[in-house]
Amino acid sequence: MPSLKIDKLTKRYPTGDLALDDVTLEVPEGQVMALIGPSGAGKSTLIRCVNRLVQPTSGAIYLGNQNVTKMGAGKLRRVRRRMGMIFQEYALVERLSVMENVLSGRLGYVGFWASWFRRFPKEDIATAFHLLERVGLSGMEDKRADALSGGQRQRVGIARALIQDPDILLVDEPTASLDPKTSRQIMRLITELCTERSLSAVVNIHDVPLAKLFAQRVVGLQLGRIVYDGPADGLTPDVLTQIYGEEDWTATNQKLGDGSKAGDADTPEPIEVKG
Amino acid sequence: MTAALSSMANVRRTTWRPQPLIKSPRLRWVLALGAGIYLAIAVGTLDIDWERVAEGWPRAERFFVGFFPPDFTSRWDAIFAGLMESLWMTVAATVLGILISIPVAVGGARNVAPLPVYYFCRSIMALSRTFHEVLIAIFFVKLFGFGPFAGLMTLTFATLGFYAKLLSEDIESIDVAQAEAIRATGASWLQWLSYGIQPQVLPRAIGLAVYRLDINFRESAVIGIVGAGGIGATLNTAFDRYEFDTAAAILLIIIGIVMLAEYTSGIIRQKVQ
Repeated sequence: MPSLKIDKLTKRYPTGDLALDDVTLEVPEGQVMALIGPSGAGKSTLIRCVNRLVQPTSGAIYLGNQNVTKMGAGKLRRVRRRMGMIFQEYALVERLSVMENVLSGRLGYVGFWASWFRRFPKEDIATAFHLLERVGLSGMEDKRADALSGGQRQRVGIARALIQDPDILLVDEPTASLDPKTSRQIMRLITELCTERSLSAVVNIHDVPLAKLFAQRVVGLQLGRIVYDGPADGLTPDVLTQIYGEEDWTATNQKLGDGSKAGDADTPEPIEVKG
Repeated sequence: MTAALSSMANVRRTTWRPQPLIKSPRLRWVLALGAGIYLAIAVGTLDIDWERVAEGWPRAERFFVGFFPPDFTSRWDAIFAGLMESLWMTVAATVLGILISIPVAVGGARNVAPLPVYYFCRSIMALSRTFHEVLIAIFFVKLFGFGPFAGLMTLTFATLGFYAKLLSEDIESIDVAQAEAIRATGASWLQWLSYGIQPQVLPRAIGLAVYRLDINFRESAVIGIVGAGGIGATLNTAFDRYEFDTAAAILLIIIGIVMLAEYTSGIIRQKVQ
């Protein structure tokens, strides 16, 4: 499995906002890395630059030894197949069935007419059923995506990313609209699957306690710059102040309090107050 | 909280009115007065001849007496032929118009098409929507001669503007996240359209198609009067021959079909939402 290398990545939006400022980062294979930081720090921009849903202004991104930033459309499509993306608010196609949503993860591998008539290869369908079972959604294949609960939708999102047979998962705020218990279940599922398949993952996450609980490594972004890169245990109050800034201090302090308690015992009450 | 706020203000306000639409009171009065004066002058220049209005009433009476009883039988063959021609024209024009509309709608959606394509497709829509069906029908009758082909072309052209515009607006208001998720899988552009966008706009596309079918039938009756075939042409002939009883029968049939179409299109649109 190749590693992800980000080299001097900068993104300035046409509006003039500097979302990423000279970010250099390496994610070795099999590592689950959490990306934390306040809203607008550039977390979403960073992972969207990796699969080029957002076009970086300068810098380079390597998956293995391939430079993602320099690819033409055809090559880009092939490299996108190797990056599974899991979204905030799930981003399922609501009017399609669960099965169609999962199989849409194979679009990069099948031709247009096959996908138009929903004639996917037998192996793909077998994998889809297997993945649905693995994420706990057996028997749900014919339900429409908008008939599912939040947690179930995110499970479909996970299956859609995994059926791509990716080398890396790009995960954007996977728990932002889920209740605390479901959030933990989803994060646990993602990290378990990463271990099973020795996948690396970049996980954008608002919730500092959750990041500490599930990630091996935490990177803190502030105003597009990396201000912390280290183990989850190293997130001291000082470091969090540095990441979230003085203005957010009360909220951050609260989060930290929740985090240390939640870390000791598996009691989610303090988070529930917030959620 | 409330106590703290009111103690902060020196005076307790007890009155509040919404802000007027036009801020300047002077401009407001000038506009109101101007509109009133214009209306008065306009009514003054109409020059209504009440004598002629009075004469019109008994004529209208005779007219309506002529309608009864409606005569379905003596010209039934002509009515039936006109009706079939109208239905055929309506269905064919709707299908053809929609088939042409779809690529134009995709090209006219700002979030899908590049700018030059967008402007091109938008100008097709604008051109089609500028003129009323009757004007287009007159033009096509001059081009292709009397008959249903001119009607077919008219309705197809009108459908194009209507359908493409409304569909492209629906494409522009899709949930971007769903489409982005499909793009992230490595899907091609066509796959992106068919998985990321088509499911989101399909209910509206079907609803609009049924609605347009309904409109096209009504229009087919009107454009027939200017020579574009169908039941409208039959109706026109009936009036020309002073066969008011046959005309009444045709009008009743048109009303019936339009009501039926409106009712079923309403049900279908409700179902696909």
